[in-house]
Amino acid sequence: MGLIQIGQREKDGDLGVMTLSLEKAVNWARKGSLWPMTFGLACCAIEMIAAVSARYDIDRYGAGVFRASPRQSDLMIVAGTVCRRMAPVIRKIYDQMPEPKYVISMGSCATSGNIYDSYSVVQGVDRFVPVDIYVPGCPPTPEALFDGILKLQDRIMVKRVFTKQPDQVKV
Amino acid sequence: MHPLAEKIQATFPEGFLEAVEWRGDLAVIVKREHLHAMGRFLYDDPAMAFDYIVHVSSVDWPDDPERFEVVYEFYSIRNRHRIRVKTRVPEHDCVVDSLMDIWKGADFMEREVFDMMGIRFRNHRDLRRILMPDDYPEGYPLRKDFPVQGKGWRDTFEFLNEGTI
Repeated sequence: MGLIQIGQREKDGDLGVMTLSLEKAVNWARKGSLWPMTFGLACCAIEMIAAVSARYDIDRYGAGVFRASPRQSDLMIVAGTVCRRMAPVIRKIYDQMPEPKYVISMGSCATSGNIYDSYSVVQGVDRFVPVDIYVPGCPPTPEALFDGILKLQDRIMVKRVFTKQPDQVKV
Repeated sequence: MHPLAEKIQATFPEGFLEAVEWRGDLAVIVKREHLHAMGRFLYDDPAMAFDYIVHVSSVDWPDDPERFEVVYEFYSIRNRHRIRVKTRVPEHDCVVDSLMDIWKGADFMEREVFDMMGIRFRNHRDLRRILMPDDYPEGYPLRKDFPVQGKGWRDTFEFLNEGTI
């Protein structure tokens, strides 16, 4: 995006003045340091762990600082089957996260309940928490999760920081 | 008949109903009135010495007159043998004696049977639901007449109206 071009110009030589909108700078900073909140609930968590480890290295996208506390994180990756008894806990943790915050629903269980059409499984985490990106798969590979993170970063780049948010954000 | 089953029958001729052996697994079917005394015998008798409770589970047979079946599994670490004890419970009087005073490990497993199947355990120290919330209103989910999708609880999110933190 805009800043990358500035980097190229920097390579060329003299960088005296750079001009860009403050909004873009803020968004660029936000997208480059997503601190995820781990919410591994089932087997998807294993793929999430694999995404963090050396082979896949989620840190390349600036999203590698996994926090165990919601108060220090801005991205919640809900990875796994959401049981109804877990729902208030997820909501509470979401409420504790500081703004701006984003949610990735990882895997078909968190997205729709998957095959678990049963009395105890919530049919999609979006029933009680707003979700930004849905990552399909059972479980999704680390690459799929990265795709979700990159899509989320694209969305962050077009967000309005200082003016009113448009109703529909198109990427 | 299996020597263990023979000994149980000799000790409890009243309470013993049947012994089944299938691929080396011994199962003894007993009357529920004698279950607790039999548990004491299985634990204390040196030839038995079932010192480890493996599992407590239950089965719903909706068409049978005595609808529920409670299944206990015991293992003897000392004697290296195992046994399965089954007893039947009718729906109108869904109570069986707790074995928690003999095997402490029965505590949570009996609570799970109570939670999922609604079978009560007499003299259990703390008979509450264990998997579902204490105020779960829909009944006992593992009974055969319980709808698979439940009765709407999974789609109610009352905590959303309680405000944020």
